[in-house]
Amino acid sequence: MKAFARLLERLAFTPGRNSKLTILSHYFGTTPDPDRGYALAALTGTLDLRQVSASVLKRLASDRVDEQLFRLSYDFVGDLAETIALIWPAGAATGSQAETGAGVSVAQAVNLLNGTGKLALSGVIADLLDRLSPPERLALLKLATGNLRVGVSARLTRSALAMGTQRRVEEIEEIWHGLSPPFQPLFDWLDGGPRPDPAPAPFRPVMLSTPVTPAELAPLDPRDFIAEWKWDGIRVQAVSEQGIRKLYSRTGEEIGAAFPDIIEAMTFDGAVDGELLVRRGDEIAPFSDLQKRLGRKQVSRVLLRSHPAALRLYDILTWQGEDLRPLPLAQRRARLEAAGIDSPRIDLSPLLPFDDWNALAQLRAAPPVPQIEGVMIKRRDAPYLAGRPRGPWFKWKQDPMLVDAVLLYAQSGHGKRSGFYSDFTFGLWDGADLVPVGKAYFGFTDEELRELDRFVRKNTVQRFGPVRQLAPKLVVEVAFEGLNPSPRHRSGIAMRFPRIARIRWDKPAAEADRLTSLKGML
Amino acid sequence: MTMRADEIVYPTEAGLYCAPGDFYIDPLRPVARALVTHGHADHARPGHGAVLATRQTLEIMAIRYGEEFTASRQIADGPIRIGQTTVSFHPAGHVLGSAQILIVPDKGPRILISGDYCRVPNPVCAPWEPVPCDILITEATFGLPIFRHPDPMAEARRLIASMAEFPDRPHLVGAYALGKAQRVIALARAAGHAAPIAIHGALKRLCDYHAEQGIDLGPLVAATEPATKPNPADHDTAQLVLAPPSAFASPWVQRFRDPVLCYASGWMTVRARARQRGIELPLVISDHVDWPQLTATIRELAPTEVWITHGAEDGLLRWCEIEGFAARPLRLIGYEDEPE
Ligand SMILES: [Zn+2]
Ligand SMILES: [Zn+2]
Repeated sequence: MKAFARLLERLAFTPGRNSKLTILSHYFGTTPDPDRGYALAALTGTLDLRQVSASVLKRLASDRVDEQLFRLSYDFVGDLAETIALIWPAGAATGSQAETGAGVSVAQAVNLLNGTGKLALSGVIADLLDRLSPPERLALLKLATGNLRVGVSARLTRSALAMGTQRRVEEIEEIWHGLSPPFQPLFDWLDGGPRPDPAPAPFRPVMLSTPVTPAELAPLDPRDFIAEWKWDGIRVQAVSEQGIRKLYSRTGEEIGAAFPDIIEAMTFDGAVDGELLVRRGDEIAPFSDLQKRLGRKQVSRVLLRSHPAALRLYDILTWQGEDLRPLPLAQRRARLEAAGIDSPRIDLSPLLPFDDWNALAQLRAAPPVPQIEGVMIKRRDAPYLAGRPRGPWFKWKQDPMLVDAVLLYAQSGHGKRSGFYSDFTFGLWDGADLVPVGKAYFGFTDEELRELDRFVRKNTVQRFGPVRQLAPKLVVEVAFEGLNPSPRHRSGIAMRFPRIARIRWDKPAAEADRLTSLKGML
Repeated sequence: MTMRADEIVYPTEAGLYCAPGDFYIDPLRPVARALVTHGHADHARPGHGAVLATRQTLEIMAIRYGEEFTASRQIADGPIRIGQTTVSFHPAGHVLGSAQILIVPDKGPRILISGDYCRVPNPVCAPWEPVPCDILITEATFGLPIFRHPDPMAEARRLIASMAEFPDRPHLVGAYALGKAQRVIALARAAGHAAPIAIHGALKRLCDYHAEQGIDLGPLVAATEPATKPNPADHDTAQLVLAPPSAFASPWVQRFRDPVLCYASGWMTVRARARQRGIELPLVISDHVDWPQLTATIRELAPTEVWITHGAEDGLLRWCEIEGFAARPLRLIGYEDEPE
């Protein structure tokens, strides 16, 4: 449990993606089975434990600690699990050497939490807490409350698993859904053992595109490519094999539970690749409508009727037991059209007619509906390859939307930007006020970093912990990919993928854009 | 006639005052006669008429404020008569030169002022000694049961392990200039880190002073590498760098590429504190008593009364109530939350 506790602690405080990968990969490389398998399960959200509520924890603590001392401590710490982990009385006389933790493994803890009935559970937890050191107690409580909060995705965890082995993360994803904690066959395979069999209707690692510019397209022969719209939804893989139906996100997470209407429509036998959208009749709904359907464990009948989901297919990976991925795209497209998938909720994404790049540019500039993000350009002769190979598939996105905003707050960055004020919140005018509309970092060259840092230090009007409030002076051009209405933001809208395109040292703050003009772009 | 304890020592605007001796302890503003427990800036201030303190505390004050920091000074050595009291200084285990001050009035109870103190062995100062007393005037910086400082060597090993895990990233440890910085260095040495350690300019004079006092800190270099130098791994620059915590908010940090920001403090027990400061590796290394030490001290000395100078007094008051010790808060202000 000690190593697992250290792992969670390190991950919770480490902002950098690469550093997180290093920490995870070292952990998997040095931790014995089955503990690392249970840790993997905890980090990928596949550990199905009975969850302990906050009130049970509070009662546990009040049995051991004076109520007033507990309240004072909780006020100070601000987090219930952390307070209990710290305050839990140690067996040791002085406690200052509280490095007890007499050998409770993650596996033992998981098995105890799993194998205990609801009534006995709090006694078992108390017993475990008695045997653990404070960092381990916190790890246990995080397991028991099902909330690790270490800022690590399942995909990042699997990427770390692949590091230092002969396998790629895509290969792990391919067999992932046939595996369960503590993943012994997976670790054996990574160590050179036999490949575990994928589960029925497995996820196949998806093929991704790279961005392209007109200059890069110019030397390419348009006849070698097909083009199609890039729909503004969520890329998914729908697999229906041997009577099992699964809907996967592009990172291989199962999302079928949120989309029973799609699952129901998957009456074919095969694996197809497409865009998940909300579609009413022929009309594609904005992305924000799709967002209402995401991340749910269940969907109400009302929502199914008001926000009906649909699939728009791009590609076909298997059909009636045959693996079509090695075929060139042109043949796959023909097979997709011939498959005759027949459902009112599933259709094919049309191919775009174009003779040269100019013609395609014109289509891209004037898409028929706003729920199109640009065009996809794909080589006719390319097989379906896992990952993001450069060359066979390109995305040529719409030009981003732009606004001129005023910098309002700054925070120092991480990694290369460490110590430089480079994470910014910016805002737009609303009457005489500036309302925050987004956050982004800036500073790609050392020169830019230094200039902005100097500006922040000179123009700080107030400090809140690590955050500096700035005199509203500097205008930046913010590029973004789209807008969603968002009641959680004071501005009422949220930008998608905002980034600072350039600094407008020349522009006075009073001439920055108004919130109303941003709302007009919605 | 015997004086009551609260007629002998009581809080005033200038700080804690001893009437039969006519002196102040760790006064907050200039006074005629000051007794100073240790050299931290919130306890040791310049401008007094006379200062009585340990030799090392006097020397540290001279380093910080210049030789003119007081009109006259006296080294505390053995029992000293002041007015109608006898005072003596006893090691507090907090920082180099730190002391507890025992006041024995000619008539009345023995009063011990703990100053800041710590009972975990510390390679850079003399260990705390128990001093029997009737009234214990204690700090309560970490006066809540959540504060149980781990073994400082285990924390040092975490630091060393992180440096091995990220050999290309410099590790910047925030540590106060007096005591904490030298302790972190000594701990890193004890954990097997023999390479030169770089120190921020603000730490230099006090590190030099520790070395003069016979405390071996190993090879130290100045952390003055220009910002253009790339990875420390490519050059023979130090991977371990110490700086006062305030340096993390200054452009000084920018000279390091992708540093791991670490902070050595008892406050690092609480995650929100570490997160607030953007710390990547919190190290719980404290020069104050934690909750178990604090409560053990009261139990062992078993004073008739406990007075609490500053810190988390509500927690300690509650504990005293449960355990049956008479206690009261002095609510002294001006002693910072974290000269840790
Ligand atoms: Zn101090
Ligand atoms: Zn203090």
